[in-house]
Amino acid sequence: MSILSEAQAKTILDKVIALSKADQISAQLSGGISGNVRFARNDISTSGIVDDTELGVQVSFGKRVGTATINQFDDASLERVVRRAESLARLAPENPEFMPVVGKQTYKPTQTYSEATAALTAEARAKIAEASILPCRKQKLVAAGFLEDGHSFFAHANSNGNFGYQQSTFADYTCTVRTEDGRGSGWVGTNVKDVSKFDAGADVQIAMRKAAASVDAKALEPGKYTVILEPAAVAGLVSFMMNYFDARSADEGRSFLSKQGGGNKIGEQIMDPRVNIYTDPWHPEVSVLPWDGEGLAREKIAIVEGGKVANLDYSRYWAQKQGKPENASWGNIIMEGGTKSTAELVAGTERGILVTRTWYIRMVDPQTVLLTGLTRDGTFYIENGQLQYPIKNFRFNESPVIMLNNIEELGRSVRVKADEGSSMLIPALKIRDFTFTSLSDAV
Amino acid sequence: MDRRDFLALSSMFTGAALAPSFFGKVIAAEQLQDAIDVAVKKRLADAALSAATAAGASYCDVRVGRYLRQFVITRERKVENIVNTESSGTGVRVIADGSWGFAATNEMTEDAVAAAARQATAIAKANARFLSAPVQLAPTKGVGEVSWRTPIKKNAMEVPIEDKVGLLMSVNEAALGAGASFVNSMLFLVNEQKYFASTDGSYIDQDVHRIWAPLIATAVDKATGKFRTREGLSAPMGLGYEYLDGRAEDKFVLSNGLTTYGMSYDMKEDAIAAAKDAQAKLKAPSVKPGKYDLVLDPNHLGLTIHESVGHPLELDRVLGYEANYAGTSFATIDKRDAKFKYGNEIVNLFADKTQPGSLGAVAYDDEGVKTKRWDLVKDGILVDYQATRDQAHILGKGESDGCCYADSWSSVQFQRMANVSLAPGKAKLSPADMIAGVENGIYIAGRGSFSIDQQRYNAQFGGTVFYEIKNGKLGPMIEDVAYQMRTPEFWSACSAICDESDYRMFGSFFDGKGQPSQVSAVSHGSSTTRFDGINVINTARSLG
Repeated sequence: MSILSEAQAKTILDKVIALSKADQISAQLSGGISGNVRFARNDISTSGIVDDTELGVQVSFGKRVGTATINQFDDASLERVVRRAESLARLAPENPEFMPVVGKQTYKPTQTYSEATAALTAEARAKIAEASILPCRKQKLVAAGFLEDGHSFFAHANSNGNFGYQQSTFADYTCTVRTEDGRGSGWVGTNVKDVSKFDAGADVQIAMRKAAASVDAKALEPGKYTVILEPAAVAGLVSFMMNYFDARSADEGRSFLSKQGGGNKIGEQIMDPRVNIYTDPWHPEVSVLPWDGEGLAREKIAIVEGGKVANLDYSRYWAQKQGKPENASWGNIIMEGGTKSTAELVAGTERGILVTRTWYIRMVDPQTVLLTGLTRDGTFYIENGQLQYPIKNFRFNESPVIMLNNIEELGRSVRVKADEGSSMLIPALKIRDFTFTSLSDAV
Repeated sequence: MDRRDFLALSSMFTGAALAPSFFGKVIAAEQLQDAIDVAVKKRLADAALSAATAAGASYCDVRVGRYLRQFVITRERKVENIVNTESSGTGVRVIADGSWGFAATNEMTEDAVAAAARQATAIAKANARFLSAPVQLAPTKGVGEVSWRTPIKKNAMEVPIEDKVGLLMSVNEAALGAGASFVNSMLFLVNEQKYFASTDGSYIDQDVHRIWAPLIATAVDKATGKFRTREGLSAPMGLGYEYLDGRAEDKFVLSNGLTTYGMSYDMKEDAIAAAKDAQAKLKAPSVKPGKYDLVLDPNHLGLTIHESVGHPLELDRVLGYEANYAGTSFATIDKRDAKFKYGNEIVNLFADKTQPGSLGAVAYDDEGVKTKRWDLVKDGILVDYQATRDQAHILGKGESDGCCYADSWSSVQFQRMANVSLAPGKAKLSPADMIAGVENGIYIAGRGSFSIDQQRYNAQFGGTVFYEIKNGKLGPMIEDVAYQMRTPEFWSACSAICDESDYRMFGSFFDGKGQPSQVSAVSHGSSTTRFDGINVINTARSLG
């Protein structure tokens, strides 16, 4: 049941649209199978498969909206879900910010599907866990990790004749390797659409090397340091900041992108001129569905261009109110980088600190996007272009806006998935005057 | 923990888009009062138990779940969305060849759940190939067919939508009338209808209810470009709609008028206070960094307990099962054996899955174990952890602590935090008496910003409102406060705890842990508590 073909999905959605007596209707049908394996203490701890499919229907009478869903697909069930949504819509208060369903869209398909990922079996997942665990057992290291993969279909239609269908896959692997005595810890993460491009046996070596090299960390005084943030660490800070690019909040005066005296900072220089951030649903490394949650076709949009704010994220209502074009909500974030690898950035650094990843980032002050968080799983002191010794983890209090004004050098952009965030394409960064405020004893 | 989830959630529901699948399917209001017939659930469970056993599983448990949620999301004078969601299905967990396996399906037929049971068994066998030690389950006696319900007085799912919208609109109007530039208010209502069955002979039907009523008032000064927010001082609770009655006996009022709440909440009153506080925060002086004695309100301290006690004493973290995500713990088993000093001798911290009104209260956990209360830190000494059935033997215990939980039928159950609370002081002491003894301090209420390292040593906490304390008197509001701490030193600096009459619960609705990540709701009780000589930093910055 889970993966319906385009024809099967369209048949169901067409029936639903035809059943409605409301002024407008939109429907979404999606389903999929996701599998996972989790391991810790050099053994598999949990592993499973989840299979789910659902149909959601939203109808409107004037500015009154009702929503309902169901997971049965016979004719009587389809009629029932439409009538339920209609009865809710009749009870709902009028929404002054109501927006009609989108018009007919043209979608240029994106490459979100990989056959190899869709074909992953429980045995294959167990082998990936095995490839991570066995080398650690041999070297008296301890692996804890997780692989999750999924194959889904997404279809939607509305009473304006709009229709879309696409399948997608993902695989996300992370592994933390610790020394048996708990004095060293290393990490690696890989997020891919196509699992055939991923080799757990090779990846785990990175985490193993960092674990072994991070034993006997020295304490440095907290303060301002030149840092090289690996892409996963940059993603932690930048993805958090990107959550606050909402146009309405900026226009309402409650965002770091609000302008003193009113209005927003579109067009203003807020970062180093080398910062370019955009969204692009077709980008081969981080492709996403070609439509957003309302079915609006996604476009490539510049967000920060040459360090200036180029665009904010407008809801359809706010775009209309402000006389702006109606753009789909962003599906991915891409930050342009340079050509150097992280190792090359290290080689060109006289004195600094290498940060593998960040942890538990939270907003301290939304006025300045001041964030706090910690380094984790591989923090090293650099001198004369070489990693000299491991250092204790730090807590930082830093604004990514200030950080992106203090860029020394940009590394090559790679696909990563931030902790608590989605996948993005982002470079390693060499930053001056990064603010560490205290030491952590955590390994 | 929960802040980013909360932000994501509120922004998710402000558009016209349908509810995301995580929160289940959207259903009509009248369906919120239904339940699946127990006989149907038993038939499904038996089909899975039989299929798993026939496929070679040595143990199987089945959870047939129906998870209902209702969200009413408003801002200023508008209802942004009303969403009713339902997610139903069955999760089957087995042990085969000594290894765990799990499969879940939303198809509610005996054939589908039996297929899931066979799939879970096959997964377990695939994983057993290079297993170094088989799973050991602590014994749990089957309890036969039993049922339990959160002791609510008013089922929030049965309260008409119009009443809920009316309440939030009056709350927003009150905040705007008191000078807020913007106000967001929400109701999040949860009903978990959970049926558990296992090869141990248990058939447990539970009906769990929770409620949360967050609000945020924002004040904007466009001329200076400054803005400040003040969150509501409610707590999510394991209660029905009666939580919103705002009874006078549940209010705790400081000498400066700051009001916090216990077993019920006056949302409108708090909205007015929030609007006034948000404006006051625009003009409040910035804190001078340094060492202060902190007086922490239970609505703030709960989060500190959550992060610095609840999480490090989860046995799966201690053992390394969470090493790849939520982290490990400084509070290792050798420390317990060596009677590690976790805090001052007045510090007693306990876990409790039975506390009335708490978010974690149930009669049985999600692996069929009867819940209880037990000590974690006794007279300042680390004495115990929170363990599930497959971990109890590691501590030399003969039974699980009953703290296993899954956030959905489609998620595998694992060790989750029980309600972890600080026992009130034994001697009579009010917050006013406590403040009277402080020369140079800061009073903090509300959650604010929070972050802690992966072993739970180094933490930084903000708050919602801060007041200077000088020579025993509460002074003016101050801003830009965050304190930094190292867990054992912080709890050793605990110098006084108010008595039982001041005891209240804080709650976390979306505590995140595990891979795939799952949420859990948990309460933390305490009375107002004093910590001496804590390092406070100033968080003000300039973007130029």
